[in-house]
Amino acid sequence: MERMNVVIVGHVDHGKSTFTGRLLADTGSLPEGKLDQVQAWCAINSRPFEYAFLLDALKDEQAQGVTIDAARCFFKSDKRHYIIIDAPGHIEFLKNMITGAARAEAAILLIDAHEGVQENSRRHGYMLSMLGIKQVAVLINKMDLANFDEAVFNRIKDDYSQFLTSVGVKPSAWVPVCARDGDNLISPSDRMPWYTGLDVLAVMDAFHKELPAENLPFRLPVQDVYKFTAQGDDRRIVAGTIISGTINEGDEVIFLPSEKRSKIAKIEGFNVDPRSSIGTDMATGFTLTTQIFVKPGEMMCKTGAANSHIGTQFKANIFWLGKTPLVLGKKYKLKLGSARVQMGVKEIINVLNAAELSSEHKAEVGRHEVAEVIFQTQKPIAFDTADEHPLTSRFVIVDGYEIAGGGIVVENRSNRTGYTARLEFDSDWQMTSIDTVKRAQRSGHSAAIAIVFGDHSKELSKAIEIALFDTKISAYRIGASSPLQWERLVEMAYILADSGQVVIAAIAGTAHDVVAVSDPLSRFSIIPIDSDHCNIDSALSAIRGRI
Amino acid sequence: MNHLDRLEAQSVYIFREAYRDFKQLGMLWSIGKDSTVLLWLARKAFFGHAPFPLIHIDTSYKIPEMIAYRNEKALEWNLNLIVGQNVDALANKQTYPDGAIDRIACCRALKADALKHTLDGTWPRWRLNHATRQLEPDTNPAAFTGVIVGARADEEGSRSKERYFSPRSQDHDWDVADQPPEFWNQYKTDFAPGTHVRIHPLLDWTELNIWEYIDRENIPIIDTYFAKPGGNQRYRSLGCFPCTTPVESPSQTVKEIIEELRSGKFANIAERSGRAQDKEDGGGLETLRREGYM
Repeated sequence: MERMNVVIVGHVDHGKSTFTGRLLADTGSLPEGKLDQVQAWCAINSRPFEYAFLLDALKDEQAQGVTIDAARCFFKSDKRHYIIIDAPGHIEFLKNMITGAARAEAAILLIDAHEGVQENSRRHGYMLSMLGIKQVAVLINKMDLANFDEAVFNRIKDDYSQFLTSVGVKPSAWVPVCARDGDNLISPSDRMPWYTGLDVLAVMDAFHKELPAENLPFRLPVQDVYKFTAQGDDRRIVAGTIISGTINEGDEVIFLPSEKRSKIAKIEGFNVDPRSSIGTDMATGFTLTTQIFVKPGEMMCKTGAANSHIGTQFKANIFWLGKTPLVLGKKYKLKLGSARVQMGVKEIINVLNAAELSSEHKAEVGRHEVAEVIFQTQKPIAFDTADEHPLTSRFVIVDGYEIAGGGIVVENRSNRTGYTARLEFDSDWQMTSIDTVKRAQRSGHSAAIAIVFGDHSKELSKAIEIALFDTKISAYRIGASSPLQWERLVEMAYILADSGQVVIAAIAGTAHDVVAVSDPLSRFSIIPIDSDHCNIDSALSAIRGRI
Repeated sequence: MNHLDRLEAQSVYIFREAYRDFKQLGMLWSIGKDSTVLLWLARKAFFGHAPFPLIHIDTSYKIPEMIAYRNEKALEWNLNLIVGQNVDALANKQTYPDGAIDRIACCRALKADALKHTLDGTWPRWRLNHATRQLEPDTNPAAFTGVIVGARADEEGSRSKERYFSPRSQDHDWDVADQPPEFWNQYKTDFAPGTHVRIHPLLDWTELNIWEYIDRENIPIIDTYFAKPGGNQRYRSLGCFPCTTPVESPSQTVKEIIEELRSGKFANIAERSGRAQDKEDGGGLETLRREGYM
């Protein structure tokens, strides 16, 4: 029988735990020990029994009377098994609400008929939209407090559906209920004969399973590369979970951002029948036909297909949960797919007030706020945009040791035109009067720009500079690891080359970044050197051949 | 994919996240069905290997078959086994079976305290030497920063609120009110010095799922879970013998146990109903869990 995760959300005290407890009781889903346990607790503590206590199994929660964390419980209908996630409604526990909601395939949103739409009714609606939960049913609860009046139901429905439409959520059903008494939960209520729609259980059974992302382009974030040599295992296995698509033995793959290519040799596994093809959501691993150096954090795609972007700058919609605000000038860690990279905020475009739905320009993003932000990563990473591939557009932001926010990439803002080597000066700037040919005749070699990239660019570029210098070649090494510096680096390289130097420019980037370096006047040779695949001798001969 | 494929894929993903980010990683192995499934999933994640130590806390009151099974499988599967124990409490007879303390205090001393000091390396611990086939004092007192545990959300109240990656303070405290957010398969893998993270790959599994998976994968399970031919007693949950009572059940095979859980006499009876300590802690086990109990 299929399983479905459903999250219950809504403003504090609008009846989420009561609803869940009553639903479990009415469907006969409580383990025998559970009800006795809670009733005994109520008796000892002289408290009247409430359905909410079934879920609030923790003592401090019962004392406070509010759900602080997303508790999970299980029940089944004739159609499927449900995992019910009871999310907290209090603003303090928004991160717990998100934790609960992110696991869900569908959501039930409760609104108190007496109190109407409240701040967290809106905030939770917005979070469901951002988290990508498409199936939502709205229950107008505590109808007894509104005398089971259809007009009250309709008024709240009109008010809230306007808001939901504005954030792109279209509810599949609106149900008036009195959760405490079980009205409209698993059977029609005779106290609200004007309501002719489905009861809540039927609404839930009408939710459909999300289709796996089989039709989206193939994506596998490389989680790790294993070689258990100490255990006598020589296989080098690229491991990860398939986010979307299907892959077969023999398929050619490309890893981003390194743009290294290889072919799938074998789909590996333990205690499983051999297979030649594997699809979406499977946690798997592959051996490749060639020994290429691939690192955890790269995105494995298929060659010749629509692949992820590579970039260092992107615009994103984010929500912030951190105890301290998101600010410019601070280093954060980005986790997207399996990539982890340092990044900073380049610009805060605007901050939305989720309670009032107004947007404003602010210098920082505070706790529980939602914002549009441009980020700058320190190294290139692979990502997709939310409209192209939602699953690989999602990321979290780590501040210190804590996950402090989440977001979705909406636009690649990287400098795709590359780093143009140029000399642009004010008109009163005075230039050299000796041309490059004369300089080359004097020194006995031409000027050039060697760009050393990859993980070992620092060491290799140093060795190249010394070796060239020792053979009487005017060599000058510069380097920068942050892409923020690369434009300046290329400009400096151009000036140094103009003075007759063989410039060795080290970057911690990839072949992709070198391709982006261009010399519009074609005055100098630009020599790419891959520090991961090139030793000092082959690097030197590549340079000597061009100067 | 069926539901077991999905559960397996999620657990494997969590194992790989843990192995990537925690250099001092260990896994608790209680010898029971859950942690044996956990071990099997580790071998799924790492293509036949368990590339980190397995930690067993020996209260000395374990059902004797459990220790025999532990030693046999550790040798057969080439496991890096570490054993810890509250040596002082046992030597001074400060236990519940000795009549010195109540059940909760005994769990705290023999399990929670022993675990805490085994994990942080402050008490002696033992490591299995595969050449001599003996436990020998562990000479590496390094503290574990990541500990994989087989807790399931459906077991009892407090466990239903756990995270997949759950941080513990320097004193091993669990701050239930302030847990990290988890979404989009991104977990708390950064942690302050002195703290550690408990990792729960089985959080979404139910007792029934565990048995279905044992059946599908043909995982060898300790035979105290099964009734002897003609007998009508077996253990449903394994612990220390003074506090764990067998259940009345004639099930002799995995398939019979599955049937019993699906529609038979155990379909509506809580799994830990035979575990006496649960009832003495207000039903939540929360006091103990905050202090490090599994």
